[in-house]
Amino acid sequence: MRTRTAKGGQSVLDATAGLAHQFDDVEQQHDAATLGMWIFLVTEVMFFGGLLAGYAVYRAIYPLAFANGSRLCEVTLGATNTAVLIGSSLTMALAVSAAERGRRRLVLALLVCTMALGAVFLGIKFLEYSHKFAEHFVPGYDFVYAGADGREVQLFLCFYFGLTALHALHMMIGIVVLGVLATLVWRRRSAPHSNRIEVAGLYWHFVDIVWIFLFPLLYLVDLHR
Amino acid sequence: MSARWYYVVFGALLALTIVTTEVARVDLGYFNVVAAIGIAVLKALLVALFFMHLVRTPHRTMIVAGAGVFWLAILIVLTLGDVLTRGWLAVPGGW
Repeated sequence: MRTRTAKGGQSVLDATAGLAHQFDDVEQQHDAATLGMWIFLVTEVMFFGGLLAGYAVYRAIYPLAFANGSRLCEVTLGATNTAVLIGSSLTMALAVSAAERGRRRLVLALLVCTMALGAVFLGIKFLEYSHKFAEHFVPGYDFVYAGADGREVQLFLCFYFGLTALHALHMMIGIVVLGVLATLVWRRRSAPHSNRIEVAGLYWHFVDIVWIFLFPLLYLVDLHR
Repeated sequence: MSARWYYVVFGALLALTIVTTEVARVDLGYFNVVAAIGIAVLKALLVALFFMHLVRTPHRTMIVAGAGVFWLAILIVLTLGDVLTRGWLAVPGGW
């Protein structure tokens, strides 16, 4: 039976890649990693929060124009994307659960599913953007709008493109991170990196939460009119 | 948490998405904004508590997560407090 080396690594008794020397036990290491990711997510909350605060201010000042601008966004595509992201969060949570139970091939399948759903989301987003460009709804770029509040509608569209592009960038980073993790799991014969997958899962769920807020704020403003 | 609960939360999230879309089609005046944000907060809580395992995370980590939301609330509430109350006081030449 192998015992822990002085560097604290590669013991068969450890479920993860090894216990770093500054931690008392594996559970404390897991908690520290989780706390670290949550602190990063708090900075991400403030990152998106700045844009959302700007949105709140200008929606309060130009409520009608924001409603008109929201009509230019396609609710069906947005709602579909919401469902796709929620599904990807489900597969991500299932992947974390499978990793904790040491189910290597299930983890691989679920990680790939999560990445695929993320790619579907980005594909639909690309479709939406291409529609906007085709219909001349891009602020400051050949913008054509049949209405008096063109300036304010362009302001709304600035927030639309800014928020969704920033979100899409986070999605792409998330897909790359999951790809790296999937490769690690694929090459490793022992228990999958359950803590790393859980931490990556926190990031993925956060990106989902951001979209959960973006969908009603961008697509459903005064939908009843 | 068994895998079955994840599917329950997933179903709830999909249902709430449909609810928020349909409620938006009905004219409820100012309550539309309240409902939209409220349902979004509820969905975010479901994801945070169950998918992100906040229910089984040590409390010190939950406090950190709550702090982020708290700071965002300060940003939005105080900024809107400024913007929405402009012109309330009869100050000559300005706000």
